[in-house]
Amino acid sequence: MSDPAIDRAVRLHAPAVLGGLVRRYGDFAACEDAVQEALVAALDQWPREGMPQHPVGWLWTVARRRLIEQIRRDTARRAREDRVASATPDDPATTSARDDSLDLFLLCCHPALTHPAQVALTLRAVGGLTTAEIARAHLVPEATMAQRIVRAKRTIAAHGSAFPELSDDEVTERLDAVATVLYLIFTEGHVATAGDAIARVDLSAEAIRLTRLLHTARDDAEITGLLALMLLTDARRPARTTPGGDLVTLTEQDRSQWDTEMIREGVALVRHALVAGRPGPYQLQAAIAAVHAEAPDVDTTDWAQILALYDLLATVAPGPMIAVNRAVAVGEVHGPAAGLDAIAALLADRPELAGHHRVLAVRGHLHTAIGETAAAHADLIAASRATLSLPEQRYLVRRAGELAGR
Amino acid sequence: MRYLILIHGNQQWRDTFAAMSDTQRRVGLDAYTALTRSLEEAGELVAAAPLADPSQALRPGRGGAPDGPFAEAKEFVAGFYLIDCDGPERALEIAAQLPEASAGLVEVRPTMDLSAIDW
Repeated sequence: MSDPAIDRAVRLHAPAVLGGLVRRYGDFAACEDAVQEALVAALDQWPREGMPQHPVGWLWTVARRRLIEQIRRDTARRAREDRVASATPDDPATTSARDDSLDLFLLCCHPALTHPAQVALTLRAVGGLTTAEIARAHLVPEATMAQRIVRAKRTIAAHGSAFPELSDDEVTERLDAVATVLYLIFTEGHVATAGDAIARVDLSAEAIRLTRLLHTARDDAEITGLLALMLLTDARRPARTTPGGDLVTLTEQDRSQWDTEMIREGVALVRHALVAGRPGPYQLQAAIAAVHAEAPDVDTTDWAQILALYDLLATVAPGPMIAVNRAVAVGEVHGPAAGLDAIAALLADRPELAGHHRVLAVRGHLHTAIGETAAAHADLIAASRATLSLPEQRYLVRRAGELAGR
Repeated sequence: MRYLILIHGNQQWRDTFAAMSDTQRRVGLDAYTALTRSLEEAGELVAAAPLADPSQALRPGRGGAPDGPFAEAKEFVAGFYLIDCDGPERALEIAAQLPEASAGLVEVRPTMDLSAIDW
């Protein structure tokens, strides 16, 4: 059984140690391996011997020692050995922790990497998770995840492996990639952990923790919006599935189970971010989530405001999923027939979406509202066949069955 | 995202394979080795195996005793890859590298998960 306090401490200090090593010795791949070995050693020794008084110093010392051993083993780098060995073992905290975190985020989300590689590297290098933890969280063997990380670091090494010097524009662009990766980790975390005998890392919680870290390192309204969106979405988690594992949609959830503290924080962050003006897509999605969160029950939901936010979102970040969700709001404000028109308009524009589970589920819901039972049933069954989510499939089949009884 | 790549077999494909020269057969087998290695190297391989001949299939019996194998099916599963990769385009790219793909015998099935995104 792992000790949560030790896990937290290890993950908290990992980026600072890694950042310090990379600044001093370059070679991100070797430094990251060394830090990972130090983390694994800490997770093994600290539960038995107690947490050291100076955890960062302990991790730094062990990581640095491993790095030197690794460099010595690598005969091609003999010349560097003398420089490294002779360097004084000084204190790791010469640059600020926030600079280290930000630089690591930017490095791990290098555009040459695939999304799975960016996710794995971010969780390891910035999150301080072990390979085994990341593998379990993704339901793959440890060897698979280990190799994914090796390959990712090889790709980064091919592009130069010290912290990159990025222009302001490049940083902004790279931060978009970081936000995408963090949101990916968050949505991967939606996988239910009920029934898991082995404790699995809660990826949604990790995504929130990492986004908080980024939020501290970088003052940016979209990052604030992303954090708010995650908090407001995760606040609903206790209400999101039935004991049997069916999905419960937002409008059907028992709001007394929502986490009021996460909502309070999420709403405050949204307010703070929107003050900056010219809101981006994460801020707008967070604002929509906030309108839902602030309604004490589904009937008092301010759908008009939600629709207005979707209209704005559609101009800022147009896309089919935005359009589908907007159709729900149209249906609430202007009636289900108008919602169906919106879906029809979307499909006229993007006929390839005719088989998409979300489009079919929303159309099924709107057909139900307007009393077109046969069409609703067909849509819901088709949606149940198209979805990859078991809870959603069970929900859709149940809704279709309820219609058949009418 | 996880996908199961199913490699189907049939008598026509078996005959084609049997009629090949040793060199041609070697090329086919090397394609598997190369694909498996590249998936391992990329950290995308979860599991893979060729399956024994359908005549060796076991079935738990409905009456208590084990049933025999299914009657000789025209098409059967000959092997599989379980992969974890970036999305459907990548899964198809991987599947296309299998020799059987040219004969239309390869199928990619997305796996379901327990994700619960509450709209």
